Amino acid sequence: MIFADALAWLLDPVNWSGGKSIPTRVGIHLLYCLGAVLGASLIAVPLGLYVGHTGRGGVVLVGGSNALRALPTLGLVTFLYLIAGGGTVGVLIGLIVLAVPPILAGAYAGVQDVDRGVVDAARGMGMTGAQRLWRVEVPNALPLLVGGLRNATLQVVATASVAAYVGIETLGRPLLDGLRVLDYGQFVGGAILIALLAVVLDGVLAGVGRLVVPAGLRLTARSRSRRTPPRRREMPVPVESGGSTA
Amino acid sequence: MIEFRDVTKRFDDGTTAVNGLNLVVEAGTITVFVGPSGCGKTTSLRMVNRMIDPTSGTVLVDGEDVLGVDPPTLRRGIGYVIQQAGLFPHRTVLDNVATVPLLTGWTRRKARQRAAELLELVGLPAELGRRYPVQLSGGQQQRVGVARALAADPPVLLMDEPFSAVDPVVREGLQDELLRLQAELDKTIVFVTHDIDEAIRIGEKVAVMRTGGVLAQYAPPAELLTRPADDFVAGFVGKDRGYRSLSFVDSSGVEVAEVATIAEGSAFESTSDWRLVVDADKRPQGWVAPDASVVPGGSLYEVGAPIRGALDSALSSPSGLGVVVDAEGRLAGVVTARQVLDVIESRRG
Repeated sequence: MIFADALAWLLDPVNWSGGKSIPTRVGIHLLYCLGAVLGASLIAVPLGLYVGHTGRGGVVLVGGSNALRALPTLGLVTFLYLIAGGGTVGVLIGLIVLAVPPILAGAYAGVQDVDRGVVDAARGMGMTGAQRLWRVEVPNALPLLVGGLRNATLQVVATASVAAYVGIETLGRPLLDGLRVLDYGQFVGGAILIALLAVVLDGVLAGVGRLVVPAGLRLTARSRSRRTPPRRREMPVPVESGGSTA
Repeated sequence: MIEFRDVTKRFDDGTTAVNGLNLVVEAGTITVFVGPSGCGKTTSLRMVNRMIDPTSGTVLVDGEDVLGVDPPTLRRGIGYVIQQAGLFPHRTVLDNVATVPLLTGWTRRKARQRAAELLELVGLPAELGRRYPVQLSGGQQQRVGVARALAADPPVLLMDEPFSAVDPVVREGLQDELLRLQAELDKTIVFVTHDIDEAIRIGEKVAVMRTGGVLAQYAPPAELLTRPADDFVAGFVGKDRGYRSLSFVDSSGVEVAEVATIAEGSAFESTSDWRLVVDADKRPQGWVAPDASVVPGGSLYEVGAPIRGALDSALSSPSGLGVVVDAEGRLAGVVTARQVLDVIESRRG
């Protein structure tokens, strides 16, 4: 019943044109998500890489980003709306605060988790700190870094709905409207759109991840190559164990 | 040449890793630092390329204080091999080997060409260059690690327990390979290990260190075995040192005797003697006992190798006759344990 209503709402031509149409709202929703993830990346990626590379401030970083996670986004957005007097900036800041912790964790853990022997070898080969970071640590951190970005994106896509509270035409709008007038078709339709958007974006980022993560990291130890045993001076027949010392 | 002058390293937590180390590593030799864990051997090694700086004292490479050179520049001129190789997992084998040449400004093309030469030098097939480290066995990874350290042709090579993570058979192969490379390249190599057998096998000089970072003895391996400086060294060198010291005694004076042979595949009858089965190339294949049963042979002794091999060959042979072969593995004759022992005895004379 509800899903039939949702489908009807989704397919209603009225909802597909004008300033409050589904495409417009998807576009605005996307823009906010993009802005938030980009903004959060600009803060969190350099910070995470720096802390991971130098090993300094890890405790503060983990504590700080956990504290950020505890902030309720809806309350933050409302608060920023009230003090800033405008919706856009408040919503963006609110979403950035939400997106920073997972990206920070991905960047930091990515660098931190690079095999110590690999980092030691990079130093011992004569790489400078910057060379070590860009040529060794960042490429090896990419799987976790991309993971952090995917995490952040999912959360932001789901949460960008709150922008509707301060009058912004994101996909939160049908949720609020639907709830207010008890139009559950519209409500569920909006929710379906948000979920679809999240799945699509996650798929895109997974594809990006496949492109940027170096091949050597994606391979597993599955394809073990053959090993040539060293030449032994031992009589070949029949097989006898024990070492030769000649 | 590498020189340690009164080098001491104390860490922030108060432990003394190296205590007043004075030692000269001669150019063109393999020098092994060996000792139990906590003896400061790795710390000493890492002070050569400034991975760690000494608390006091001086480390000189070719007469120059390393503290006067900025670390990245210093390290690019010194090969560095570590346990488990530490290969870059995101780069192909070839690009791993090309690391230092690329850092020092070679073109990619020239660096890769050099890398390919080095893969060949360490005995790896060229097609391995396109693979990633995760696709190699532990022994192959270690060879790549050595190739990478040699890429810029540094005069000095630091090796920190490079072979301790591979199984004993592969390790022995890698040790042989290192000795072969060294004969060809003539580097100044500092090699750290906790394995005294490895130290004695590959070291031209061995520095035995004890817990607390004190040098216990610095001598050629034969001397460690025959004249350990104190109880610690004697204990660390371990059991059987009398027997093992025969690895450093040449075999001149050992007479090789003839032995009755049977061509492989031909018929034979029982006689009162042991007879050796040889193939068409005269390579030993096993023994025929007096009761006409076929028995596998013991270790083979190659002419010219240290006398320990001759003794082992005789002791491990079912007939009591150690089989001696030439460099091509063809039968040269046999020796008995008594005969070898007589030679050892007469040498003591």
